[in-house]
Amino acid sequence: MAACPATGRRMGGGRAARVPQSVRSSDMAKASSESVAPQVAQGFWRKYVFSTDHQIIGKQYYFLALFAALVAMFLSWLMRVHLAWPRLAIPGLNALSASGAPAGLMTPEYYLSLLTVHGTLMIFFVLTTAPQAGFGNCLLPAQLGAERMAFPRLNMLSFWLTFTSLGVLLASFFVRGGPAISGWTAYPPLSALGSITGPGEGLGQSLWIISIALFCVASLLGALNFITTTLDLRAPGMTLMRMPLTAWAWFVTAILMLLSFAVLLAACVLLMLDRVAGTSFFVPSGLIVSGQMIHGHAGGSPLLWEHLFWFFGHPEVYIAILPAMGVTSHLLSCFARKPVFGYRAMVWATIAIGFLGFLVWGHHMFVSGMNPYSAFAFAVLTVIIAVPSAVKTFNWLGTLWGGRLRLTTAMLFALGFVSIFVSGGLSGIFLAEPPVDVQLHATYFVVAHFHLVMGMAAMFGIFSGTYFWFPKMFGRMMNETLGKIHFILTFVGAYCVFMPMYFLGMAGNVRRYAQFVDPYLQPLMPLQRFITVAALGLGAAQFLFIFNLFWSLFGGKKAGENPWQATTLEWATPGAARAVYRGPYEYAVAGQEQDFVMQNAPDAGPSRARKEAADDNADQISNA
Amino acid sequence: MGKLLAFTMVAATVATVVLFWRRVWWFPPNISTVGAGVDGDFRLTLWVTGILFVAAQLILAYCIGRRPKAGRARYLTGNLRMEVAWTVVAAVTFIGLALHSYRTWARMYFIGAPPNAVKIQVEAEQFAYWFRYPGPDGVFGPMHLRLINDATGNYFGLDPARDPASRDDIVTATLGIPVDRPVELLLMSRDVIHSFYVPQLRIQQDIVPGMVIPIHFTATRTGNYQIVCTQLCGLGHYAMRASLKVMTEANFKQWLARQAAEQ
Repeated sequence: MAACPATGRRMGGGRAARVPQSVRSSDMAKASSESVAPQVAQGFWRKYVFSTDHQIIGKQYYFLALFAALVAMFLSWLMRVHLAWPRLAIPGLNALSASGAPAGLMTPEYYLSLLTVHGTLMIFFVLTTAPQAGFGNCLLPAQLGAERMAFPRLNMLSFWLTFTSLGVLLASFFVRGGPAISGWTAYPPLSALGSITGPGEGLGQSLWIISIALFCVASLLGALNFITTTLDLRAPGMTLMRMPLTAWAWFVTAILMLLSFAVLLAACVLLMLDRVAGTSFFVPSGLIVSGQMIHGHAGGSPLLWEHLFWFFGHPEVYIAILPAMGVTSHLLSCFARKPVFGYRAMVWATIAIGFLGFLVWGHHMFVSGMNPYSAFAFAVLTVIIAVPSAVKTFNWLGTLWGGRLRLTTAMLFALGFVSIFVSGGLSGIFLAEPPVDVQLHATYFVVAHFHLVMGMAAMFGIFSGTYFWFPKMFGRMMNETLGKIHFILTFVGAYCVFMPMYFLGMAGNVRRYAQFVDPYLQPLMPLQRFITVAALGLGAAQFLFIFNLFWSLFGGKKAGENPWQATTLEWATPGAARAVYRGPYEYAVAGQEQDFVMQNAPDAGPSRARKEAADDNADQISNA
Repeated sequence: MGKLLAFTMVAATVATVVLFWRRVWWFPPNISTVGAGVDGDFRLTLWVTGILFVAAQLILAYCIGRRPKAGRARYLTGNLRMEVAWTVVAAVTFIGLALHSYRTWARMYFIGAPPNAVKIQVEAEQFAYWFRYPGPDGVFGPMHLRLINDATGNYFGLDPARDPASRDDIVTATLGIPVDRPVELLLMSRDVIHSFYVPQLRIQQDIVPGMVIPIHFTATRTGNYQIVCTQLCGLGHYAMRASLKVMTEANFKQWLARQAAEQ
C-alpha cells in the first residue's frame, strides 16, 4: 500500500517515535489536537503532485477548476458567436476540428458537442469542484481547528480521479465523431444506442459516461472525507452550533454529494450496460432509428433515466450553490462588522435546503410524460424549498442593515451574489408552477434562470472566496484596484448576458438550437447579438482576474496574519491553541478593545468578556 | 465604489421593470382556451415576484450606497419574531402561488378530452412529425413496425390490404385542425425523445418512445402556426418543424377530404 513507503520515509527521517501515533490517528480518524503532523522531508512528487496534504489538494482542485472554467468559457464564446452570426467563419476553428467546423463554419453537431462539454465542465468540474473540494480542503480543517482532513489518502485518490475524469472528458474532442451531443443531461435513447443516433453518440458518449462515473467515485470519496472530518475532528469547544456557516455549508453539501452522486453512478453504469451489454434499462422495444430497426431491446423506459438523473441533478444545483451561500454569509458578516443576523435560522435553512433538495427533482419533468398528479405534488414541494432560500436572503439583508460596510473586492462579490441570486432565484417560482413551466420549459427563460441562480451566483461565491482567502492560501494579498474593476465588469456583464434571456424565453425562443432559422425567431436576433457581445466582454473581463491571481502569487503584498480582522479559526495565529470559546461571528461586541473577538480568544462569553474588559480598563487606569 | 454599485443595482432593477412593463419582448398571442389560464398564472407570479425583486434589490442598494456611519455597528444577532413572520409570509405566498396554478394544470391534464374531440395520432422521428387521422370509421388501423418505411411514405406502418380499418386512415405532414373544437393528440416517437411545442397554444409535451401520451386543447383562432421540437434529439433538432393549420370547421372538412384524395 501507499502507506509503506511513506512510513518508511518518515522513519528514515529520524522521527520514528512519532510515527505509530500519527499513522494510527490518520487511519482511525481520531481527533487529537496535541499530535503534530510529522515534518519530514518529502520529495517534489510526494509533496506537490501526489500529495496527501489537504492544503495542496485544495489548491490542486482550485486550479483544475480554473482550467476547466477557462475551457468552458472559451466554448461558450464559440457557441455565442455562432448563434449570433451563423454564417461567420471562425478563424482557426477548422484547425481545432476539421470535421466539426469545415472552413471554420460550425456544423450543428459540433455546436451540440460544445454545448454538452460546456455544461458538463461547468456543472461538474467548476461548480462542484472549486467551491466544495477546492475551498473546502483548504479551509474546512482550519475553520474547525483540525490539523488535517480525516482521510488524506482518500483525498489524494479523489483528486486524481477527478483529474483523470477531466482528461477522459476532454479526450472526446479527439475521437471519431467528437464529443457527445446529448447535452449534460444525456437523455436516452439518444445517448443509449450508439453512433446511429448521431455523431458523437459513439465513442464520444461512452467517454462522457466513463468520465462522469469516475467523477462520481471521486465525489463520493471526497464527501466521506468532509463528513468524517466535520463530525470527528473539530477542536475542543467547536460545537456544531459554533461552526462558521461556511463549514455548515461544506458539511451539508458533502451529505448531498454522498446521497446523490451514488445514484448518478448507478445510472451511469446502467446506461453503459444498455450501450454495450444489450440490457434495456432505458431503451424500450420497437425503435426504428434512421430507418433501421433496433433489435434486442425491450421493456426499458427513458423516464427511468430522467428520474435517476434528476434525483442527482437537483441536489447537484444545491451542491453548487450552498458553499457560495456559506461564503456570502461569512463575508457579509465580516465586512459589515456585524454578527450574522439569525445564525440559527441560517443553519436550519441550510439543512432544510439540503433535505428538501431531495424531494423536488420532479419539477424538471413536468412535460416529460410523468403522471400529472405527481407533477403537481412536486410543484408544491418545489415552492416550499423557496422558503429557506427566502429566509437566507432576508438574513443577508438583516446582516447588512446598520452595518459598517468595508467594500473590499471580496465583499463586493458577496454583495453581487445576493443581487444575482435574487434575480435568478425568483424566476424559479414561475418554473415551479406546472402550467407556467409548460410554456417556458426548454426555452431561454430556463437558461437565464439557472445561469443566474446557479452559474453566476456560484461563480460570484468562488470569486469572493478567492479574494478573501487568497492571503490565507498563498500568504499574499490580491490587488484590490484590479479586483474592483474585475467586479464591476463582471457584475454588469452578468446582468447584460443573462437577464435578456428571460425575454427570449417568453417570446418562445427554444434552447439547445444550433441555429435560429425560423421566421418567428428573426425579430429576436438583435437581442441575441447583444447577448453575444456582452458575453465576449464578460469573458474578457475574467482575464483581469487571471492576471491578478497569478501576478499576486509572486508580486502581491505580503499578507499579515489576519488581514480582514476576521473571527474564525482559519485566521488564528499558526500554532495557537485551537480551543474554541464562542460562536463564529462575534463582531461589534460591546466593551471589547477591537470590534471583533476571535473564536479561540480564551474567555467564556460576552458577559465575562465585558467584565474582564472592565477589569483591564481598571488596571490600565491604576497603572496610569 | 459603494455609490457606483448601488447605482448599478438600481439601474438594473429599473431597466428590468421597464422592459417587463412595456412588454418590449413578450409571449406570442394566445390561441387556445387553456392559454388564458397560463397567462393569468404568469401575470400573478410576475406581480408577486416583481415586488419581492424590487424590494430586495433596493434594500440591498440602500445598504451599500448610504453614507457610512462612524463608530461600531449595534451588536445584533437576530430577531426571532421577524424571522418567524418572514418565514410564514414567504411560505404562504409561494405555496399559495403553486396551489393557484392547480386550476390551469387540472384543465390541461386531469380532465380528459371530451368525446367529441378530433383524435389525431402524432408520430415523431429524427427530425420530422407525421400525423394520422382515423377517417370516417373513427378507428386507427393497426401499426406494423416492419412496414414502417419513410421512402414509400408508409410512416405509420399501415397494411391496408389486410387491415380494413387502415383503408380510410389519412396520413399528413401538416397538422390541420378545426377552430373552436377540442382536439386530442396521441403522441408517439419511434426513435428518441422529441417534444411537441406550439408557443401560441401554450402547450408543450415531450414525446417519449415506448409511450403514447395524450394531450388535448381547443384552438380559438384560425391561422398558420409552427410546431417546434424542444427536446434535444440530435443534430437536426434546431430544424425539426411541422406546420399547424387552424381552420374553420368547413375549411377543415374540405382540407381533410383533399388529403384523403391524395393518399
